[in-house]
Amino acid sequence: MRRARFAFTMLGFGYAFLYLPLGLVMAYSFNDSRLVTVWGGFSTRWWSALLANEAMLQAAWLSLRIALASATAAAVIGLAAGYALARARSFPGRGLFGGLVIAPMVMPEVVMGISMLLLFVGAERLLGGPDRGFLTIALAHTTFSVAFVAIVVQARLADFDRSLEEAAMDLGATPWVTFRTVTLPLIAPAVASGWLLAFTLSLDDLILTQFVAGAQSQTLPMRVYSSVRLGVDPQINVLATIVVVVAAAALVLSGWLTRRSA
Amino acid sequence: MSGPIVRIEGLAKRFGAVTAVDRVDLDIERGALFALLGGSGCGKTTLLRLLAGFETPDGGRVLIDGQDMTGVPPHLRPVNMMFQSYALFPHMSVADNVAYGLRREGGGGAETDRRVGEALDQVRLADFAKRRPAQLSGGQRQRVALARALIKRPKLLLLDEPLAALDRKLREGTRFELVRLQAELGLTFVMVTHDQEEAMSMASTLAVMDAGRIVQVGAPHDVYERPASRFVAGFIGLANILEAPGGRWVALRPEKIVLSAARPDLPHASAGKVVDIAYEGARSLCRVALDDGRTMLAATSDGAFRRGQDVWLGWAADAGHPLDE
Repeated sequence: MRRARFAFTMLGFGYAFLYLPLGLVMAYSFNDSRLVTVWGGFSTRWWSALLANEAMLQAAWLSLRIALASATAAAVIGLAAGYALARARSFPGRGLFGGLVIAPMVMPEVVMGISMLLLFVGAERLLGGPDRGFLTIALAHTTFSVAFVAIVVQARLADFDRSLEEAAMDLGATPWVTFRTVTLPLIAPAVASGWLLAFTLSLDDLILTQFVAGAQSQTLPMRVYSSVRLGVDPQINVLATIVVVVAAAALVLSGWLTRRSA
Repeated sequence: MSGPIVRIEGLAKRFGAVTAVDRVDLDIERGALFALLGGSGCGKTTLLRLLAGFETPDGGRVLIDGQDMTGVPPHLRPVNMMFQSYALFPHMSVADNVAYGLRREGGGGAETDRRVGEALDQVRLADFAKRRPAQLSGGQRQRVALARALIKRPKLLLLDEPLAALDRKLREGTRFELVRLQAELGLTFVMVTHDQEEAMSMASTLAVMDAGRIVQVGAPHDVYERPASRFVAGFIGLANILEAPGGRWVALRPEKIVLSAARPDLPHASAGKVVDIAYEGARSLCRVALDDGRTMLAATSDGAFRRGQDVWLGWAADAGHPLDE
């Protein structure tokens, strides 16, 4: 009994350490005071201020577009990579391929950032493009998001009943039709959950983005980071609240989809 | 077209160091209910999968209705299979599962619906068309799998352990139903089973497999009465394997032995003592230790024998069947 109480106390401290600051940030987004740390009464003025903040909204819109594009690209490529890893038991370089697919997960983002920057600079010199901005950021985000989708898909396919696919082929379905009518519908929740993961990863990436973004393109995390350096404005609290809610919703949805697909 | 529906010539399949199917030659007659019988790991399922096209042979070839199936992928073979796990598509309704094969042929609309309805009637599942497989009982799932595999009227229906997933009571009924369906449709069924009783009661022809080879093919009655080898004699039913003069072996079925208290007037007679009695209802099976040290099984419908009793065993001159090996 006493040990249980101790354990719960420690758990409480742990959660408080992790989530109390988040809760405070969210609470202070409704603060009337200009000072971030002093409560000046309830108000939604900073919410209105943020919604009128053109630069911030533009950054948010860019981030959203990048996240949608890179998550979609990562879902398609990651699905193919995960399928190959789960199904093609042996092909030349399979081990290397498996390593390369998940390497971006463990690679320091600074290293990836530098290498991508060099790539895009080189491409600009040789090919005259692409301009650094939406496209380069989306490409960079896709590169590391593929790993997450591939792993989710591979895990789902590992316990997939192969006889379902054999039954489809036996009934006259070509391999492609089998994939479309049997395999894909059954692993769709896993792909969707991978997409959501990629979406949230892209939405809050800062380090890699800073390397490959152009002078004119500022994503939401970049905008937030630069404005915080000039002194914290309560608008940041509002923004943080929105991001936390969106990310939490995406994670809950992703978890629910993963459970449903198993 | 005449000739066997399936001709297998020198078919071989290895998995690494294991030879699953070892140079098998086999003909399957049109309209047969053919059973491949063997213990686990004897290669019977691999042979079935080679027919369906899920495995690629390392040697030999399969002809179905006279056509060489080498290099023909599963979706182009005139063969359908009922899987042991049934492999019903969990994301589709019963009707969509059954219609799957027809839709792959580009069929759709009213004609498909009519045939699906007919197929579901045939397996008494018309009221379950809209359900998902997860909402069905084991026996109902088995019937959906059967309807799905039959809807394209394949030249050959392959059944992988069709009754293994059913409970005993259901199995008896389904056995008769499968035989009736096969006779009605006039199709060739090839089924794989490890259950010799199932194979004996259903098959028109059965093949016994051991270690990747077919050791005997014949009508159930012939295989039972005239087993070719000690393996077959021991695998199908019960048999006493006796050493005959000249280093030969003889299989003697327990029901061919007369058990009596007094010395019987038969060419072969031995005295012994009852060691064990297993009561099976219609008959009792007695294990008898003979005075010469051998132990034999004898069947009797006489319930008067007791454990420890001194008895005589006797059998006719032609009761035993000589074995090749």
